[in-house]
Amino acid sequence: MKRSLVMCAAFLFICAFILHPSFAESAQQELPKKLFVTPPPFSEGIFPCSQCHAGMPVNRTPRKLEMMHQNIILKHMPGGWCFDCHNPDNRDTLRLANGKIIKFEESYNLCGQCHGTILREWKNGLHGKRTGYWNGEKQYYLCVSCHWPHDPPFKPIKPLPPPVSPSDIK
Amino acid sequence: MLKGAALGFAGLALPLDRANASFWEAFFQKHFREMNDAEIKKVISRLEKEYAEKYKKAITIGNEKPLPGVLYGYGLDLSRCIGCRRCVYGCVEENNQSLDPQIHWITVLRFKKGEKWVDLENAEKYYNPETVPQEDYFYMPVQCQQCENPPCVRACPTQATWKDPDGIVVIDYNWCIGCRYCMAACPYGARRFNWAAPTRPSEKINPNTHYLGNRPRYKGVVEKCTFCIQRTRHDPGRYPACVEACPVGARKFGNLLDPDSEMRYLIKHKRVFRLKEDLNTNPKFYYFFAYGN
Repeated sequence: MKRSLVMCAAFLFICAFILHPSFAESAQQELPKKLFVTPPPFSEGIFPCSQCHAGMPVNRTPRKLEMMHQNIILKHMPGGWCFDCHNPDNRDTLRLANGKIIKFEESYNLCGQCHGTILREWKNGLHGKRTGYWNGEKQYYLCVSCHWPHDPPFKPIKPLPPPVSPSDIK
Repeated sequence: MLKGAALGFAGLALPLDRANASFWEAFFQKHFREMNDAEIKKVISRLEKEYAEKYKKAITIGNEKPLPGVLYGYGLDLSRCIGCRRCVYGCVEENNQSLDPQIHWITVLRFKKGEKWVDLENAEKYYNPETVPQEDYFYMPVQCQQCENPPCVRACPTQATWKDPDGIVVIDYNWCIGCRYCMAACPYGARRFNWAAPTRPSEKINPNTHYLGNRPRYKGVVEKCTFCIQRTRHDPGRYPACVEACPVGARKFGNLLDPDSEMRYLIKHKRVFRLKEDLNTNPKFYYFFAYGN
């Protein structure tokens, strides 16, 4: 009797600990507070993918795409294939290497599978671009806002004009 | 005594049509830091009226005080900057710089890789290739470094420029006499002079201004970067315009006194340096390398 009472108390204690808000918070908190990611930069009209893919049979063989998505020539990860990242069973989602299904809004975790140090720096505000408030709500640009996932290096751009040189002033 | 003063003022030989109430108010305006809130409010409403007349639109002039417990710091990732000058023009739009004569608060310098480290004498600021980044070059934007020990402030004979408690070095354009001593004193070439009346079409004027920041300036006064005081000195305050203009996310901004800020994270984890550290100016502008070499 006495033993079961002690067990019961211990159980209650553990329950209280787990249900305590601070514990629940630390377990769930993926990103720091006041931090929001920008929407994924889909090409117009392409999402949801299921609007075309829903009734289509899944072809898992790596091949050159000829009917659709011809613009995608995968220059990321040699030997890679669509289903390394996209979920063949529901194209509106992505799939991590461990089988976990994630939304496009959470694609940073997919990139972070290989680029772990970059993901850490992104979460801490070092890598990538933030807009919004320096001491309030910030929008965080997703990895794919700047790096096209199928060919990720940042492309060279045209610089804006140089300042007027004193010799140009008439 | 009074007679003498009256004679003295008569000696100024003011054209009568200019000698209205607003002119005398401007003439007798006190130093900004000696004015109380009511006096500042009066000055601001006078200036707002002047600007509304000149630009034919409503321009609000803020007077936000420094936030307690805040010391602004800036970080710039040299390993990411591609020298595209988006920050330069983002700044011009936000801060109402003159278009002709042209004024830029940010200068992007281009250096050849692998030569003398930060060879400022041989840096190029007029580079204009088809695309950036170019191979064999790296880029370093320079703007006001917001020194903790600012030589420009010491050089000013009228105390028209000073450092506020949040670390921003500000200028009162109504107190500046245009002697340009501060420009000679600044080791970073960060200050700009209005050699002629600044021009900016009224539709391109950003109407959200701060008295010590981006309000329209006059001929013969000095101006410079204020970390976008009109945006950042709020709670919550927005990021400076150059941070939001940068396409590669090389620019970081935050509170140096907040241990959780991105500025503190980068100073703790990355190799940082400040420009011309040996001059003991103690800038709050940190250049760093997020990756590589």
